[in-house]
Amino acid sequence: MIRKILMYLVLILFAISTALPFMYMIATAMTPDSYIMPYPPILIPATLYLGNFIAALASNNFLKYFMNSVFVSTVSTIAAMVVSSMSAYAFARFNFRFKEQLFRLYLFSLMIPGLLNIVPQFLFINSIGLVDSYAGLILLYVGAGIAYNTFFLRGFFQSIPREIEDSAIIDGAGRFTIFTRIILPLSKPALGTFAIFAFTGFWDEFSSALTILKSVDMRTLPIAIQLFRQQHGTDWGLIFAATLIALVPIIIFFVVFQKRFIKGDFLSGSVKG
Amino acid sequence: MKKSLKYKYRNELEVLPFLLPGFILLLIFIFYPIAKNFYMSLSDYNIFLDKMNTFTGIDNYIRVFKDKMFWDAFINTAAYAAVTILPQMAIGLILAIIINTKIKGSFLFRILFYIPVITSWLIVSLIFRYLFESGDAGLINYLLLKANLIQTSISWFSNRWTANAVIWILAVWKGIGWNMVVFLAGLQGIDRSYYEAADIDGANIIQKVRFITIPLLKPVTFFIMTNLLVGSFNVFTQVYVMTNGAPMGRTQVLLSYMYKVAFTDFQIGYSSALSVVVGVFIFILAMGQQKFLNMGYKEGQL
Repeated sequence: MIRKILMYLVLILFAISTALPFMYMIATAMTPDSYIMPYPPILIPATLYLGNFIAALASNNFLKYFMNSVFVSTVSTIAAMVVSSMSAYAFARFNFRFKEQLFRLYLFSLMIPGLLNIVPQFLFINSIGLVDSYAGLILLYVGAGIAYNTFFLRGFFQSIPREIEDSAIIDGAGRFTIFTRIILPLSKPALGTFAIFAFTGFWDEFSSALTILKSVDMRTLPIAIQLFRQQHGTDWGLIFAATLIALVPIIIFFVVFQKRFIKGDFLSGSVKG
Repeated sequence: MKKSLKYKYRNELEVLPFLLPGFILLLIFIFYPIAKNFYMSLSDYNIFLDKMNTFTGIDNYIRVFKDKMFWDAFINTAAYAAVTILPQMAIGLILAIIINTKIKGSFLFRILFYIPVITSWLIVSLIFRYLFESGDAGLINYLLLKANLIQTSISWFSNRWTANAVIWILAVWKGIGWNMVVFLAGLQGIDRSYYEAADIDGANIIQKVRFITIPLLKPVTFFIMTNLLVGSFNVFTQVYVMTNGAPMGRTQVLLSYMYKVAFTDFQIGYSSALSVVVGVFIFILAMGQQKFLNMGYKEGQL
């Protein structure tokens, strides 16, 4: 009994420390004139004031930035899924010379913080004329993530029993047919998990977008929010209203797919700064 | 002859269409940049013309080791790793053990603890910037004053170590949920019969954790540690957003300093030398850990 009370005490303590910053953000977003910090601090909003949300949506093309993010994240997710599922299939099912060594090369690249390569990546994208374009940003997302995504999907493909393919091979099916007709349909849950992680990752991505996108109209949400903050300085109510709008799709994803998040996220998380 | 060659390499020819698109991207976006960083680091590189101005040999590397700002960034990064890894692992493990007892409501707690993990670094950085706002009205200052832990409010972001402390607190706060989930997966892989045997021998909960849980979680623990260690060198957004190096560049970490040198100062040769030094350092660190890692992978299921 005492043990149970103790356990709940620990859980509640950390629940409060987890929730408090979010409560503070939400309460601030619902407080009018919040550029003057209220004293004492407000944790529970007094009224359902939505003025900051309306102001955020109305100002600075915020809806456009939202749609930019939807576009970039969706296309990047699809592109990353096509390219990396193919290379994951190559490593999961083919035998070829130097396969092990090649895969080590992929694993090696996982160690290197992505941002260390940002200058040469920027210069390359610039040299093919794709700086300040979504094509450039998406190419960078797919390219820089290829090793991790291949590693992630290879594990799923390996868990598919080979017998299913063997019968298809006997029936004379080619590799490409096997890939599109057997492997991919059987991996739907895995590809779903992949898509969720990839989408939320691209949705939140900050440093590459900051480097590649230059014009105001092109901004994705994270960049817009950061610049929003620089413009509106201390108007935290407005900033947090904008932030909450960006957070909504992630929260929806999480609530709907929370089992996959909690089970499948072993390898991402902290590594992906 | 031609036919036999084709036969000899039939496996490679078959895999090529699947492998090539990804491999080309890997070369362009990972390995070519590594080589180019090295090349650029030997010069005073011009970012606008994308070519070398003058070849400077190892001058940039000598500069790295004499650069006080680099050492500040290095120490901040090392301190981040030293301070944040163990607390988030310990708290994550404790929470995982409690939740693994299937105590009522544990499901909801698990979801709650995971919300900081799925919230982006940008957003949590903004929240923490606001939480630690200076003056009496900032929530943290307000709470500390009310609890009589401090007498006057702290200007968290105007001093190197208090600003670093905020960065660390954020790291632990955001990391706990991920640690908990990975430990939980590890715990669920432990056979119940070990605990039943311990129960028969009359072991208490502390003994069970000490002699069963922790030893059997070794592979998971190594996995987490490696991830967090590599993650410490990935720190960028939170510093860029919360302090941007302030005060006077004293809170820069390696990546944020490198980024500033490249895209604010446009000293590309020097920023490339910084990248190479950091990359080599991480490589050595990872090799040093390899022994443990190998042990972890051999023993473990992850």
